[in-house]
Amino acid sequence: MSVISIPDFNQTIPIDKVGVEERVSRLNKRSIKKESKVQALKLALSMIDLTTLEGKDSEGKVIQMCSKARVPYAPMPQLPSVAAVCVYPNMVATAKKALKGTGIYVASVATAFPSGMAQLQVKLDDTKFAVDSGADEIDMVISRGEFLKGNYNFIFDEIAAIKEACGEAHLKVILETGELETYENVRTASDIAMYAGADFIKTSTGKISPAATQPVTLVMLEAIRDFYGDTGIMVGMKPAGGIRKAKEALQYLVLVKETLGAAWLTPNWFRFGASSLTNDLLMQIVKQETGVYQSLHYFSED
Amino acid sequence: MSEKTKKNEGEATANGSAKPTSPNADLKHDFASFWNYSPAPESSDFVEIREQYQHYIDGSFSVPAKKRYFKSINPATEEVLAEFAEGTSEDVDKAVKAARKAYDKVWSKLPARERGKYIYRIARMIQERARELAIIESMDGGKPIRESRDVDVPLAAAYFFYYAGWADKLDYAFPGRKAEPVGVCGQIIPWNFPLLMLAWKIAPALATGNTVVLKPAETTSLTALKFAEICMDAGLPAGVVNIVTGAGQTGAAIVDHPDINKIAFTGSTEVGKIIQKSLAGTEKKFTLELGGKGPNIIFEDASVDQAVEGIVNAIFFNQGHVCCAGSRLLVQEGIADKLIKKLKQRMETLIVGDPLDKNTDIGAINSKMQFNKINEYIEIGIKEGATIHQSNSSSLPDKGYFCKPTIFTGVAQSNRIVQEEIFGPVLTIQTFRTPEEAVEKANNTPYGLAGGIWTDKGSKIFKISQKLRSGVVWANTFNKFDPTSPFGGYKESGVGREGGLHGLYPYVKLK
Repeated sequence: MSVISIPDFNQTIPIDKVGVEERVSRLNKRSIKKESKVQALKLALSMIDLTTLEGKDSEGKVIQMCSKARVPYAPMPQLPSVAAVCVYPNMVATAKKALKGTGIYVASVATAFPSGMAQLQVKLDDTKFAVDSGADEIDMVISRGEFLKGNYNFIFDEIAAIKEACGEAHLKVILETGELETYENVRTASDIAMYAGADFIKTSTGKISPAATQPVTLVMLEAIRDFYGDTGIMVGMKPAGGIRKAKEALQYLVLVKETLGAAWLTPNWFRFGASSLTNDLLMQIVKQETGVYQSLHYFSED
Repeated sequence: MSEKTKKNEGEATANGSAKPTSPNADLKHDFASFWNYSPAPESSDFVEIREQYQHYIDGSFSVPAKKRYFKSINPATEEVLAEFAEGTSEDVDKAVKAARKAYDKVWSKLPARERGKYIYRIARMIQERARELAIIESMDGGKPIRESRDVDVPLAAAYFFYYAGWADKLDYAFPGRKAEPVGVCGQIIPWNFPLLMLAWKIAPALATGNTVVLKPAETTSLTALKFAEICMDAGLPAGVVNIVTGAGQTGAAIVDHPDINKIAFTGSTEVGKIIQKSLAGTEKKFTLELGGKGPNIIFEDASVDQAVEGIVNAIFFNQGHVCCAGSRLLVQEGIADKLIKKLKQRMETLIVGDPLDKNTDIGAINSKMQFNKINEYIEIGIKEGATIHQSNSSSLPDKGYFCKPTIFTGVAQSNRIVQEEIFGPVLTIQTFRTPEEAVEKANNTPYGLAGGIWTDKGSKIFKISQKLRSGVVWANTFNKFDPTSPFGGYKESGVGREGGLHGLYPYVKLK
């Protein structure tokens, strides 16, 4: 095992905003038709983290959502199930039970989600509780206040500590890019998260606007590419929040394909944090199979 | 090992990529083995292409005097697209006479505001027929539809809109002076941006009250004749725009015609020199837009991923058939390895193929002649001892003139591939240590059309760009065009400026 040297996070990696946005608009011009469209729609469906993160979440709601996760659209049972469901820690046990034997993972947000404004011990306890309840994946938030202060060591240590508390569970690190202001900050936060042990980096909590955007995602994908080149370690990517349309989902997949390549085009390395996206994907899949659009009433709202 | 990790490995292998276990500088990204885009061709069904086209002289299509025609082929299929009239000196003379008559009787007498109206109308009609023009441009010239749709045609319309605005404001363009038209303009345009170059030439000429005789390149005459249809539909007075098709001899007939007041030429430096010789001693005004070997300078502090994108835009845009292409990459040695590795990765995602497919990045080489020339240069590069790298992901179509994107490393300033314009998707890469060295290498060329600078530091942009002997210097971008911006070269890249306010000068006599 070779030693990985950790870079100096105070060294800004220049990112040209105009260039990033131009690259995204060029990638958006890819025309996804016919078989490649059907393939991508199904792939996107299999990459969804079906999410409910509200104060009013009930066990009943979570159980019903898990049912949708398993069979997204009953008339087409051959469709893939989604990758995971994402809930608050106190709903993990319920979700775990509902998904038993399905291979669908249970992800839990933790570490004083969504603000992250709590002491480390509280965050560790939050994480351990979720893991003990059976969470396969932990979605943590970084302390944006400390990050913006330039206290990068704090961020690194916190992520490393949470990673340790995760044990076997995969760690997704939410950067909350809507609060990081610049692409350079997004890049730095991505690097810190990856070197501190993140299995996935994730754009947003979904509670702050803007949530995931394609330029931010591209910057993070390029960070993943550089990290892979420097260390040989693959890290996953999860844009979350604000992705509602199948067309956007395909655009994200193009970004992944042309930045990282085929190896990342699997639910193990790329996820969508979304819920309303599911029904739009299903609508498009049904359209491709039958030639007609179904009304929204034919798809379950969970 | 958890169940999850096991699944990870299984799926990664299913996608054709092994999970690496140790740091390795040569880690490859696999862009081709999974989820390849299905063909997405733009339909050309509704486009009408006649079997034979005539000259457009004095407001109507007229049969060539010698009744000789030449064939134009679609470079992506090698099939004949249409036949065009071969212009002789009789045809040119007829066109010049029509232009002179229109100039004397109609166009120079028209109120400037009325001239502007016609040009605005032409601009709008280009927009209305944008899709058709884009498809024809791609079929005739081989350029990807993404570019003809998003660059060539919208920009051509933009140039007409821009110069239409100047038509009745020339008193403000030249305060205190009276701008008079020069008369009949002979214009000869190249095959790399047929409709756009036509717009660069015709729009300022008409706006300032001149009439024109234009010759499109022999391999790409089609959009010029579609433009003739637009002129007819726009009700442009007969003889204001005349289009004579043909090859070099037709061009020579235009250049040598005694009743032409101004020559505007865009093309090779070789032909530019011949033109300049034959114009010596005449009173004809002229502008020449010639070749280039643009330096694209990447400093260590540049944003690397965006710079890679800029390099791609600089050299692989329009198959490298761009006079202002960034064909010489100069990269500071500290980031050279990283940058070249990333560039090679990026090249794997470039799709070479059917120009009409919306996903194509690099279309067909314009003609067999040019295709052979590029391949000769690639061989010269190899013989000169440079290291060649071409993308592997994209397989070339069986028919048509296609060339893989190519880069040469380990080249020297003295190599022919560094000194001579290749006009294809071929990039040479040199490294430099100090900014002075970069400037020296950048300027060490007979050309001086365009260059690029990539750095995160604004002051460096100004310092270096002032030292570059280039008509255009782009900073942190490349191959960007706008009608308001003048364009033209130093040294053997040409004489005069086109575009912007400066682009009016060659078409006026100031009193």
